[in-house]
Amino acid sequence: MGRKTSLSGILVNGALLLIVLIWTVPTLGLLVSSFRGQEAVRDTGWWTAKPAELTLSNYDQVLGGKEYADPTLPGGVAKGENMSNAFLNSLTVTVPSTVIPILIAAFAAYGFAWMKFPGRKVLFVIVVALLVVPLQIALIPILRDYMQLNLTGTFLAIWLAHTGFGLPLATYLLFNYISSLPRDILESAFIDGASHFTIFLRLILPLSVPALASFAIFQFLWVWNDLLVALVFIGSRPEVAVLTQRLQDMTGSRGQDWHLLTAGAFVTMAVPLLVFFALQRYFVRGLLAGSVKG
Amino acid sequence: MVALLPVYVVWNPDRTRKGEIDMEQVREREQSTGVVQWIAANLARLLISLIVPVVTFVVMWQGFVFLRGGAAPKPVVATVAIIWGVGGVAALFVLSNWLVEQLPLKWTAALRPFVFVGPAMVILTWYLVLPTLRTFYFSFFNAQSTKFVGLENYIFALTDSAMLESFRNNLIWLVVGTGLSVVFGLLIAILADRSRFEVIAKSLIFLPMAISFVGAGVIWRFIYFYKPVGAEQIGLLNAFVVSLGGQPQAWLTLRPWNTLFLVAIMIWLNTGYAMVLLSAALKGVPAELLEAGRIDGANEAQIFFGIIIPYIQGTIVTVATTILIGCLKIFDIVFVMTNGNYGTEVMASQFYKQMFKFQNFGRGGAVAIILLIAVIPVMIYNLRQFREREAF
Amino acid sequence: MKKQLFALLSLLVLTSLALAACGGGAAPAPAQAPAGNKPLAGKKVSVFGVAADEQARLFQKEFDAFTERTGINVEYEGNKDFETLVLVRIEGGNAPDIAQFAQPGLVADFVKKGKVIDLYSWMDKAYLQKQFKQGYLDMGTANGKLAGIWHNVDVKSLVWYPKAAFDAKGYKIPQTWDEMIALSDQIVKDGGTPWCIGIESAGATGWVGTDWIEDIMLRTTTPENYDKWTRGELKFSSPEVKNAFDIMSKVWFNPKYVYGGTPTILTTGFGDAPKPLFENPPKCWLHRQASFIKNFFPKDAVYGKDYAYFYLPPIDPKYGKPVLTSGSISVMFNDRPEVREVMKFLATGESMKVEAQAGVGLAPHNDADLAWYPDEGTRGFAKILADATVARFDGSDLMPGAVGAGSFWKGIVDYVQDPTKLDTILTNIDNSWPK
Repeated sequence: MGRKTSLSGILVNGALLLIVLIWTVPTLGLLVSSFRGQEAVRDTGWWTAKPAELTLSNYDQVLGGKEYADPTLPGGVAKGENMSNAFLNSLTVTVPSTVIPILIAAFAAYGFAWMKFPGRKVLFVIVVALLVVPLQIALIPILRDYMQLNLTGTFLAIWLAHTGFGLPLATYLLFNYISSLPRDILESAFIDGASHFTIFLRLILPLSVPALASFAIFQFLWVWNDLLVALVFIGSRPEVAVLTQRLQDMTGSRGQDWHLLTAGAFVTMAVPLLVFFALQRYFVRGLLAGSVKG
Repeated sequence: MVALLPVYVVWNPDRTRKGEIDMEQVREREQSTGVVQWIAANLARLLISLIVPVVTFVVMWQGFVFLRGGAAPKPVVATVAIIWGVGGVAALFVLSNWLVEQLPLKWTAALRPFVFVGPAMVILTWYLVLPTLRTFYFSFFNAQSTKFVGLENYIFALTDSAMLESFRNNLIWLVVGTGLSVVFGLLIAILADRSRFEVIAKSLIFLPMAISFVGAGVIWRFIYFYKPVGAEQIGLLNAFVVSLGGQPQAWLTLRPWNTLFLVAIMIWLNTGYAMVLLSAALKGVPAELLEAGRIDGANEAQIFFGIIIPYIQGTIVTVATTILIGCLKIFDIVFVMTNGNYGTEVMASQFYKQMFKFQNFGRGGAVAIILLIAVIPVMIYNLRQFREREAF
Repeated sequence: MKKQLFALLSLLVLTSLALAACGGGAAPAPAQAPAGNKPLAGKKVSVFGVAADEQARLFQKEFDAFTERTGINVEYEGNKDFETLVLVRIEGGNAPDIAQFAQPGLVADFVKKGKVIDLYSWMDKAYLQKQFKQGYLDMGTANGKLAGIWHNVDVKSLVWYPKAAFDAKGYKIPQTWDEMIALSDQIVKDGGTPWCIGIESAGATGWVGTDWIEDIMLRTTTPENYDKWTRGELKFSSPEVKNAFDIMSKVWFNPKYVYGGTPTILTTGFGDAPKPLFENPPKCWLHRQASFIKNFFPKDAVYGKDYAYFYLPPIDPKYGKPVLTSGSISVMFNDRPEVREVMKFLATGESMKVEAQAGVGLAPHNDADLAWYPDEGTRGFAKILADATVARFDGSDLMPGAVGAGSFWKGIVDYVQDPTKLDTILTNIDNSWPK
């Protein structure tokens, strides 16, 4: 796309700036609040914050462990666990849960898009329908199955669960992408004598990187921020608790310390953003950039 | 397994090393043997077909057991999981494909699609289809699932005032939420595409998606918060209204606008998703097509509606479908902000309440099934898109 | 390409195998090997409850001495989504050994399904009657089975007020409801606003209102009627309940009574509601709330100066001095020797000692020591509880979830938004009672 004249360039950039500003203001509010103390957060608007009152105490508690009054200890203050364990747990849960469904879904998406077989339409429609199923209905039956397989409380349990819950969207998104690839690419490959399998491996997968990267980001985000599935299948024992649980925990028995959530939200946001930045170049690249020749 | 590679090549008389099919040889073979003779002639091939999968499964099972035990340090477990997951899944596909290729040609063609689609369907069946069927079954029973009650739960679900309220609200969510998310997503994708600040802009629009629902709840609490007249406002919206001389409002309690305020949150969250997908699709529009349009003298608007939109139509449908289904399913935002109070009830939170708070599996099941029925129009539309596709 | 693929795959698979062989099969070693005087050492018991964060910490600490003594490891897990999770876990076959419910109504559902171990079947009844007042045992009994024993209790029938300013104005603590209304009028005459009321509580908005109704019910009708009401035998649309709503409306809907006006009742968080009490001069003077609200007061507020409380006065002297309580009850789901040991420990006051000392709850056990409580304030709660003529558990926590955590809460919200619809609201609540 060539660059336009400066007038439309200004218009475009101006409109974009406005939209981005509106979009970011809420998050800005959270950022500012995360540097303010508990009383300040509850009594005054965040836009009234003055540099003098800014404090790191929220981040300190979120990252280093929450402070509790404890008269039995010398300083009168006890520190709870810090987040590093939960962080590692979240990573351990999220990365496999993102990577495993991608491959399975890619194969299925290709099958639906370019292979003929009986029941093709029915099965695909079922996949689309499954998009709407609330995953809560699966919690009890799957838990029962896990109990029999002795899987409860293990990471494997949650990887498989997230794979199962993420497959409908993955298959659907990848299907859309793979089925929109030009038909002649595949035709010429078949003429060359390649089998479906080879075509998939050597042609489709590389071409689908933008879609794979897109889905990877969404799945990563969803699993990273998930709370319920983790609670049910892996539990909240400290050695397996994920970040979202620790955060929820930190708000206190009755939610009185929700000011800690302000810092907590930013801390947990860091990793998904990193993933986004790492992967975004893959789907910013165009679909047919340098792929079809030969 | 490396040692088996020559076996693969040698024991496959119908295939050349490149995997091509020599049709003449195949026809000869098919004509001259019946089933029993075929088995006898290929005994060794059959045996290997059995041994290889067994060995592979044993190896995968070991991995499974190891992962289940999880006794090793976490980074090790996670790394093995990735290897096992991806490698194992890849091995599974390669293996089943190889197996299927050992069979006579007709069988190969018939079975191969299931190699591709099978694993996904198996997992989906276990995790989602069976529980749905189970829920459907229980929707005809009472709360404890001990007594058959026929359609009673459905009658309740279709006549209860809270459910009717949620039907109305979900409709608002569908129309406003989906529509605006897609429109904004497209708009931003187009603007960003032509701007110098593309990456920054896209990242900032995408940022809300990275915030968990809990975080989003806190953020929007800071926007919608209400304090009585005279007290200092800590909610942005009320501060704005007050500064213009108006009265602060408890936004989330105002029927019927409060649903729209909640939908605003979802649009804020989801536009990034729409933008990401639509942007990728936009970038795939071939430059030649656009050039051709311009050469023909079309202006920007005509190019947009006449060339670009039809080209990315598939992606628009996909994005709209997923967001629409997300609106049918919307739960977290409503739950966190109002818990369905003040007339903001939606189907998914009704489902949750019936299932988990009231422990009424019958009614909860009925609500879930109604959700499924509500998605049928979407399914039909997608099916029509599907029909136009010709496969190999 | 295929060769490389195969080679890579084989390598990956072999690596997995190697790691599996090394790592798999290693069972975590028990913390202690069973010894002669600690036959159950090394066993684990899981306890699941609502308390999270600091209360969870304190609870865990209470078991330190116990674990020292018996070698049994008690693992406490607490979560705000307790109701959902406990249901999923029990139905899914992964029930915790012991669960602590803040809503006895939920327990009743599980008792009906036969998942709860009847404590009378193995615990000595006489011993239990020694440890607990009969009322506590009754509140934990369903169909003759003892479903659980109380771990901690909180007093709910309290009114908080800014003591120093209150005394300075010459106000006196009301001994009857009428006196309290007269006091409110007096405050209005003096130019102030008497009441601070806020019930917003995200998903649970409405529970504060249910507390008011329950407190008033206890003061205007017999305990038997109260019990019938929580069992669903006395309908919401009956005159007793309507009367309670009317009495509450005289405070809530009097435009001069509530700080910020009646609509703010719905939008003010329950934790933020008492704040105006601490202004100088106080912007409101009376706040009816349970004992835990102390955790929401400003950190530098001093009991006896900045705030104090008095017992919510009775309405009709015929019904004595009733007290509304809340608390948590320990319920046993899996019967194993080590779980029994833990339950036995929970029946002793010592299992509440650390929490009592931190001032986060009262111990219902008869062998708990008043000296444990850290200050006069907390001891005062215990005294109110002890002086009560009738004690009853929070009604909405006793009712089945569909009502107690559903239509009753929603009814309060709808009522505040439109008081004229009271009859419809009450009928709706009645209709929502599960059959």
